[in-house]
Amino acid sequence: MAGNSRDVKVDIKGVRRIFTGGEIDVVALNGIDLQLYDNEFVCVVGPSGCGKSTLLNILAGLDKQTDGEITVDGGRIDGPSPDRGVVFQQYALFPWLTVRKNVEFGLRNQGLPERQVRETADKYINMVQLQDFANSYPKVLSGGMKQRVAIARAYAMNPSLLLLDEPFGALDAQTRAQLQADLLQTWEAEEKTCFFITHDVEEAVLLAQRVVIMSARPGRIKRIVDIDIPHPRTQETRLSQEFSVLKNTIWAEVYHEYLTQRK
Amino acid sequence: MVSMRKRPLTPKEKHDRKMTIVYTAISVILALAVWLTVSYPGFKSGRVFAPPQKVLTAFEEQAKTSLIWVHIGASVYRVLVGFGLAFVVAVPTSFLMGWYKPFREIVQPWLRFIRCIPPLAFIPLVIVGAGVGESAKIIVIFIAAFLVMVISIYGGVVNVDNTLIKAARVLGANDRTIFLKVIIPASIPYIIIGARLGLSSSLTTLIAAELTGAQRGLGQMIQEAANYFKMDVVLMGIIIIGVVGLLFEKIVSIAERRLTAWQETREM
Ligand SMILES: Nc1ncnc2c1ncn2[C@@H]1O[C@H](COP(=O)(O)OP(=O)(O)OP(=O)(O)O)[C@@H](O)[C@H]1O
Ligand SMILES: [Mg+2]
Repeated sequence: MAGNSRDVKVDIKGVRRIFTGGEIDVVALNGIDLQLYDNEFVCVVGPSGCGKSTLLNILAGLDKQTDGEITVDGGRIDGPSPDRGVVFQQYALFPWLTVRKNVEFGLRNQGLPERQVRETADKYINMVQLQDFANSYPKVLSGGMKQRVAIARAYAMNPSLLLLDEPFGALDAQTRAQLQADLLQTWEAEEKTCFFITHDVEEAVLLAQRVVIMSARPGRIKRIVDIDIPHPRTQETRLSQEFSVLKNTIWAEVYHEYLTQRK
Repeated sequence: MVSMRKRPLTPKEKHDRKMTIVYTAISVILALAVWLTVSYPGFKSGRVFAPPQKVLTAFEEQAKTSLIWVHIGASVYRVLVGFGLAFVVAVPTSFLMGWYKPFREIVQPWLRFIRCIPPLAFIPLVIVGAGVGESAKIIVIFIAAFLVMVISIYGGVVNVDNTLIKAARVLGANDRTIFLKVIIPASIPYIIIGARLGLSSSLTTLIAAELTGAQRGLGQMIQEAANYFKMDVVLMGIIIIGVVGLLFEKIVSIAERRLTAWQETREM
């Protein structure tokens, strides 16, 4: 995919992030160069602590790089923007708001007219099939349902860039498979640039058009693997020869990084 | 609001409720039995504890002259005013401490210092400054309730889950929205815990303050009765304080149920 004629959506150049103030300075990112293309689905894998979340937070506008340059649609990142949606591993639903109010939260911040707020919320609550729970509080939902609300909430803002930090990491295998299928379907229907962090190599190969492998701390990009499996993809995609070859290659690289980190 | 929808109770829930009533009854009967035993005239403890029927008679007598209501009214009034003022000041103070670092850094050492001092130690100061009237008592209650509430509410404000604040920011919330729509609702459970602690320490402090001198109030009533060795009135006063405390607790619980129905609760 890289190198084709698609427009560059996100351009990351020489980004470093050093955390100071602790006992020792931590170099979380050490020179990241990466481009994300319009409507591309990119997965990022790498050992724990290699700086994946740090990079995502910077893209979200929740953190700032120490050096380097990032542009989104040609402009610098200056704080969070509704055009860059985020889905967190821990769902981050507001427990005092019902499902509907959670999905409406961002829409209200944009000052949309009440009718539009309601209609948009309805649309995305339906998309994740939670219409029966629209008026429930998050406490009555399962983990999978909570994450569906979080996805609906992010989608409702209609961001052109969606940042997901291990969104399915806390879910059991079946729920995870279901949500992967749902996410694929949604992405195929309503294309967005997705930056998806995961520990699960299989998940990365299933979802991504490119998989970015990061090396152990200090975080750098070790290799980028193109996943030339055509869309639409389903859970059956996992059964193909091509899939297992890619999965094994990436897995070996990640495992190698994990070993270097332990030494 | 699914969780609050009225629905018929399951047999297990019906059974659980019935058992709760049974156990409560047993609990009350046991307490009465203990009371009857320790107040038995033949025992040494009978000199200290008046038996239930005598306490009841004492209550009837006091109720006839409506003097008891004057005492209760005086105490409840002081608690409510002192606590109310403390609450109104403690909530914004806690939020300011959580939100503005300079304010926190300046105020926190004071709080750390003052919290070690029993509020009753201020009584001489307060009496000299404000006399022995109502305001003296209210000031002491204010100090006691304010301290416990600020400490507990501030603890909640600073422990608001950072991910929720991040989530709000990426959903386009500005500082004002984050404060009103995230920090405040997330702090409500802690405000309620603070209110609960504040009310109970108001009551404790008040009675102690009244014991050291007042014209009216439950503490004063107990003190005066003790001087004349009217142990039935003393015990009645103690029981009334307990009942008032229970009523306060009940009111807080109702507020809690209405305001924090969304909270995850551990299944018992
Ligand atoms: N706010 C912070 N202050 C200091 N150090 C930090 C901070 N945030 C992250 N780090 C450090 O930066 C490094 C990268 O952290 P990051 O959370 O980005 O890793 P990660 O790849 O997302 O790991 P995981 O897969 O476990 O989520 C870690 O060593 C971490 O300790
Ligand atoms: Mg992470």
